[in-house]
Amino acid sequence: MNLVKQKFVGRSVRRLEDRPLLTGAGRFAADVSFPHQLHMRLVRSAYAHARIVAVRTADAAALPGVHAVWTAADVAHIPPIDFRLTKVAGLEAYRQHVLAADRLRYVGEPVAAVFAEDPYVAEDAAELVSVEVEELARVLDARQEPQEFADGLRTEATVVRKGYGDVDAAFRNAHAVVELDLAIGRHSGVPMETRGAIAHHDRARDVLELHGAAKVPHWNRDQIARMLGRSPSSVHLYEGHVGGGFGVRGELYPEDVLVCAAALAFARPIKWIEDRREHLIATNHSRQQTHRIRAAIDADGRILAIDDAYFTDQGAYLRTHAATVTDLTAALLPGPYRVPAYRAVGRVRLTNKTPCGTYRSPGRFEGSFARERLLDAIAARIGIDPIEARRRNLIAQAEMPYTRTLDTLGTEVTLDSGDYAGLLDKTLAHIGWPALQQHLAQRRAAGEMVGAGLAMFVEKTGLGPRDLARVTVDGDGAVEVVTGAASVGQGVETAIAQICADALGVDYAGIRVVHGQTDRIAFGMGAFASRVTVMTGEATRIAAAQVRAKAIAAAAELLQAPADSLDVVDGRVVRGDAAEGPSVTLGEVARALALADGGTGLCAEGWFQCDHMNYPYGVHVAIVAVDRDTGGVAVERFGVAYDVGKAVNPMLVEGQIVGGVLQGLGGALYEEFRYDERGEPLSVTFADYLLPTAREAPPVEVIICEDAPSPLNPLGLKGAGEGGAAAVGAAVAAAIDAAIGIPGAVTQLPVTPRRLREILRQQSHATANEGSHPRS
Amino acid sequence: MSGEIEIVLTINGRDHPVRVEPRRTLVDAIREDCGQTGTHIGCEHGVCGACTVLVDGAPVRSCLMFAVQAAGKAIRTVEGLASGEELSVLQRAFMEHHGLQCGFCTPGFLMLVTGVLEREPDIGDDDLIDVLASNLCRCTGYQNIVKAVRAAMQELRAK
Repeated sequence: MNLVKQKFVGRSVRRLEDRPLLTGAGRFAADVSFPHQLHMRLVRSAYAHARIVAVRTADAAALPGVHAVWTAADVAHIPPIDFRLTKVAGLEAYRQHVLAADRLRYVGEPVAAVFAEDPYVAEDAAELVSVEVEELARVLDARQEPQEFADGLRTEATVVRKGYGDVDAAFRNAHAVVELDLAIGRHSGVPMETRGAIAHHDRARDVLELHGAAKVPHWNRDQIARMLGRSPSSVHLYEGHVGGGFGVRGELYPEDVLVCAAALAFARPIKWIEDRREHLIATNHSRQQTHRIRAAIDADGRILAIDDAYFTDQGAYLRTHAATVTDLTAALLPGPYRVPAYRAVGRVRLTNKTPCGTYRSPGRFEGSFARERLLDAIAARIGIDPIEARRRNLIAQAEMPYTRTLDTLGTEVTLDSGDYAGLLDKTLAHIGWPALQQHLAQRRAAGEMVGAGLAMFVEKTGLGPRDLARVTVDGDGAVEVVTGAASVGQGVETAIAQICADALGVDYAGIRVVHGQTDRIAFGMGAFASRVTVMTGEATRIAAAQVRAKAIAAAAELLQAPADSLDVVDGRVVRGDAAEGPSVTLGEVARALALADGGTGLCAEGWFQCDHMNYPYGVHVAIVAVDRDTGGVAVERFGVAYDVGKAVNPMLVEGQIVGGVLQGLGGALYEEFRYDERGEPLSVTFADYLLPTAREAPPVEVIICEDAPSPLNPLGLKGAGEGGAAAVGAAVAAAIDAAIGIPGAVTQLPVTPRRLREILRQQSHATANEGSHPRS
Repeated sequence: MSGEIEIVLTINGRDHPVRVEPRRTLVDAIREDCGQTGTHIGCEHGVCGACTVLVDGAPVRSCLMFAVQAAGKAIRTVEGLASGEELSVLQRAFMEHHGLQCGFCTPGFLMLVTGVLEREPDIGDDDLIDVLASNLCRCTGYQNIVKAVRAAMQELRAK
């Protein structure tokens, strides 16, 4: 026997997830059904702001096939949905109840729930519920003076303040001050699978099951248990396949709680599947902010201070993220630059729109747009190249780790490692920047509107503080990793299997990775903040290493060989110093251990603790062509350089980045939740809310770098999920500026054809005026 | 909305006698009445293409077709692409080129491309992008879907 020890971490091996998904064998939320289930349909507010006078349900209840209709009175005992992150004290009154009782605060807010034998009948019945209201004045702009939210409460829920240093002195002593007014549009994750929740009360065991879970099943289990007065151990959440998450899916929503409450009340399984219109008005929106950002600079364009005052248009309630996005914006806005003095004041303002949460790269997409626009403005003011302006302000590698004296998500922002200037050099070399600029200049000279823009960013990933994994080898030698992670389709099973395979000494392809099952593991933090590969990956590595040590110790006895001469290779314990010789399979070791006195089998748990996040960083380059007549923007080429410390599976990392870029392009150019003056949402179908298609997708060139492994974990990992989106808005804005030859022209995302035509129209007016009234 | 109608839906060569209301969509009948849940519902207004199936060889949005309209026609879904354990050329290409992440849109893309390549095996690059632009994916950025389809086309041509 001659076994070759294979390594899997760092290789682009094929995904373990793919076969069922390619053959129609996946199990998404809508694929889960129970015998005798009832179907839930929600009656949603048609008003942006109104006082409820009456909710009339008799006609709906009388429809054959309708089992019950609930209004707020039926769920009055259920508390509002709590905050999961950024629990700022005093915000409790802004939480959302599962059904509205007195006031309706956005179009789409659940008012009543119909339960029927058939989903078509449930939908028919929902249309028979009438809601009588008195309409109230609406707040649709976060910048307007705060109004009353409820008795004694204003629509400005809280103000996030972060900063350090003497900002005012820096501005007093500055060579120049650059100031910008910027706006980021309202858009969101919009996964292809809408939400779904199927609750089943197994009365035989008195266990309440919720299927269709995602992202944070353990936290949601605890909350559902608390809200319904049960012990957490009597509530199990099950994650099946998840059709995309992006931050919005898997947070606890009213519908999740309603199906559970109804399953208990009616002793029938309850199924709810969101339709797309509901999704676009009921699932978390994100992003919408306006910034007035100022920089104090010296004569060379070095930043002396940044002062940012911004508004977050939070929508109608504070959901599970409370003030998270506003907080992250403030904490991470300085990005890769040295900012000697800093002040951020973020106002969380409630409006009569769909409530907001996080969306891939929350706070960084927004903050990077503001900061990188500012860097471009600094360059223009001083008269230097935008890249040179960045170089003068980048934090140097020698300054790492770099403490910001800012905190967020309960941890201090300490940039753990990075060579920002080095990555900038690599990017420019890969893109062929000077030749590209020359080529673009030639095309512009020939009449085309083309340009390139560049933006830099720092991401944050690997949020702790801890994670748990359990690795078990069964008597057949099969390896199972049970994690408290969640999968939203990003390839968790493959990445975790690769890490386990190397630490244990088996082939990754045979490893079963379990996630999102609260009855399989007591602890789990789920999948958010690009944390899974880092936190769950390290916990898995620790558990697998322990299993390996256990297997070697047991095999040493079985093989009568010293433990330090043994290795585990491809599922067998072998003499490491001999190509041939006696060996024993992990399955045989597991069987022997199962029979041993007091044995726990071939199994181990691993905890990984990490108090700090780590900080991958990147550069985005966009090359765009503007159509002068239509105002349309075609992205011809997009480049991303991203340092992730260590890529477990480069193919998956690249997939994450390319997917993130396209979502970023959506937010930069196409996607926007628009409202009319009555607060009526205008983006309620895919014909109004424009997701990028293959036609809009540019070729994306990805440079994955591993120059700055994280010192915070042994594998050096940083998360890869969000860097594709982070600075797309900023890079595209810079590229459009360059294409149309107006520095600082883009101040608002998305840059729709209408907005760009307006910019071009103003430019031609200005030029015409200059022509008729020459100035000295 | 009563008055159920008895029809036979022929899915992947197998007959499914079902009783449906006239208003029942084809996708609901395929999923709920015939138990073939590989076909997904993404928008129910005919834009995203997650529910794409082949009806008499042509890609169809099964959310925009009533079940009764498909009676007696040959319906093909993602469950019919592989031969036993052996994936189709296109399915394998999606795996090899990482053309899927969450996998929710994948059955729709597979059926769309399968239908188009059967009729136009040498479809031009620009037309191919137009075809692919009729379905939505939120994870991949399309790059690897395009790669997978091109690779499958090449392999199919060589056969």
